[in-house]
Amino acid sequence: MKQQIEGSQAVAKTVALCHPEVAACYPISPQTHIVETLSRLVKAGEVGSCQFLNVESEFGALSVLIGASAAGARTYTATTSQGLLFMAEAVYNAAGLGLPIVMTIANRAVGAPINIWNDHSDSMAMRDAGWMQLFAEDNQGAVDLHVQAFRLAEELSCPVMVCMDGYILTHAVEAVDLLTQENVDAFLPPYDPVQLLDPSDPVSIGSMVGPDAFMEVRYLAHHKHLQALEAIPRIQKEFHQQFGRASGGLLESYKTEGAETIVVALGSVNGTIKDAVDDLRAEGLAVGAVKIVSYRPFPKYQLRQALGHAKRVIVVEKDLSVGKGGILSSEVKMAMRHLPVMVETVIAGLGGRAIPKASIVRVVHEALSEEGLEEPHFLDLNWDVINAELVRQQAKRRSGPTAENILREVGTLGVKAG
Amino acid sequence: MLQIRIHGRGGQGVVTAAELLSMAAFLDGKFALAFPSFGSERTGAPVAAFCRISERELRAREPILNPDVIIVQDSTLLHQVDVFGGLQPDGAMLINSTRTAQELGIEELCSKLPEHHWCIFPATDMANTHLHRPLPNVALVAGFAALTQEVSLGSIEEAIQQKFPGSVGELNIQVAREAYDYVKGHVLA
Repeated sequence: MKQQIEGSQAVAKTVALCHPEVAACYPISPQTHIVETLSRLVKAGEVGSCQFLNVESEFGALSVLIGASAAGARTYTATTSQGLLFMAEAVYNAAGLGLPIVMTIANRAVGAPINIWNDHSDSMAMRDAGWMQLFAEDNQGAVDLHVQAFRLAEELSCPVMVCMDGYILTHAVEAVDLLTQENVDAFLPPYDPVQLLDPSDPVSIGSMVGPDAFMEVRYLAHHKHLQALEAIPRIQKEFHQQFGRASGGLLESYKTEGAETIVVALGSVNGTIKDAVDDLRAEGLAVGAVKIVSYRPFPKYQLRQALGHAKRVIVVEKDLSVGKGGILSSEVKMAMRHLPVMVETVIAGLGGRAIPKASIVRVVHEALSEEGLEEPHFLDLNWDVINAELVRQQAKRRSGPTAENILREVGTLGVKAG
Repeated sequence: MLQIRIHGRGGQGVVTAAELLSMAAFLDGKFALAFPSFGSERTGAPVAAFCRISERELRAREPILNPDVIIVQDSTLLHQVDVFGGLQPDGAMLINSTRTAQELGIEELCSKLPEHHWCIFPATDMANTHLHRPLPNVALVAGFAALTQEVSLGSIEEAIQQKFPGSVGELNIQVAREAYDYVKGHVLA
């Protein structure tokens, strides 16, 4: 039933319907509304036999879930930013062991400098760990992806992150068609573990693996993701048949027929990009967009199919590989191997910097112009502020902390005393 | 599409105001998106919340830079924060205050807007009367409905009941009705 509801609330209610048996959560903005709501629902007895644990940290949260999942429980948690990094070792552990934990990532920048606003640095930092990563464009997507995530995780015995932009989606109130318990029960069978710590049929989980076998174990983890490239569209199709919505899948194209320029992105910025594409099409430019939903596994072949006919692909990404540039753009470029497609990198929205439609339109125009874009292009960067700081740094050795200097430059901090 | 920006201070229900507006628009059969802007959270700090209302699906996630309507829940912000920044030339505004435009120092701004596109009214007083709490948000949301006719009072009342069940909802509905009638009367005058 359609409801005007906050993203976090919608996700918490949906996760509750999936009946996790153990949820261990540590609060961190902007995920707090999700875990607070889930804990209320558990307390009200609306989540079956779920045990909700208040743990001492994010590392504790995921460690608990690793044990619970190995013992046969359906498990869930949510985190972001510093919290995700704090549990980093456990993130690799969960994937390496093949435990089907589902975790919401309310995407947020990683400090320093401390920043509570949205970008993709957090999930990007864990992109190689072996978790699947699915990105929501809006709160309907976020809700639907969680149900599909449990199904996908348990089918392949691999953990899944559902990524939704912090504040932009978590704290946005919009219309969402919430599923019923019946709906979810019909779609999500009870958890049937591939491996189980069971005293009556004992196995050990978590052996040390030496040089003689490590590569094979890691290859099989990769192979699971290759299997997911088939499973994800299949699950999407089934979801569509049952609920009438084509949520999920590997990627989604928008007005790409005959497009010479295609904009590619992850997450909520795709909404703004679609509006920008409409404006650009109205100007007579052959522009389209591709939204990547499944970032891991990376849909190389499907991207090649969707983008291969274009002259130029502009990847707009909310992350930065310091010292190199784009992350997603490099991967898209790799997918376009041997094809005559130019791939541009636009770094945008770091630390919650707004991405206005006008800026997307402008950057497409710039890419199509004689000069083109620098590689990478930083969207809406304030070069005056940058240059003032560079001058300051050159002037003396003790130039002071960069972040504080910048804040003073933009007027957030007051004039330095003395 | 209509874009509304609400300004106030932490603790005054600014985020809730945007949410109620979006719920009312939804109940009226429209698409609506409400979202807050965040800064250093603490009671009393300036906060802003946004709401977009449209007949068509809303996809953009950018902040509202050129609002059609500005709602100011706390008049002490008027000369501290750029609350009117980007307001459309034919835009509208609602300000919570017991003072006049002249006393608030915004007479010139008001004169530039089309007639009947602005209203300053004592929303906090109305809230205090019924709720015994200085929460002007519901009054301003109802005032918005009266001024712009973009959402119905009926849907606002239903949104209030959904958000605040029981007697709290009932009392807020009384605030909404008083504010609606006041602004309606002011606009017609």
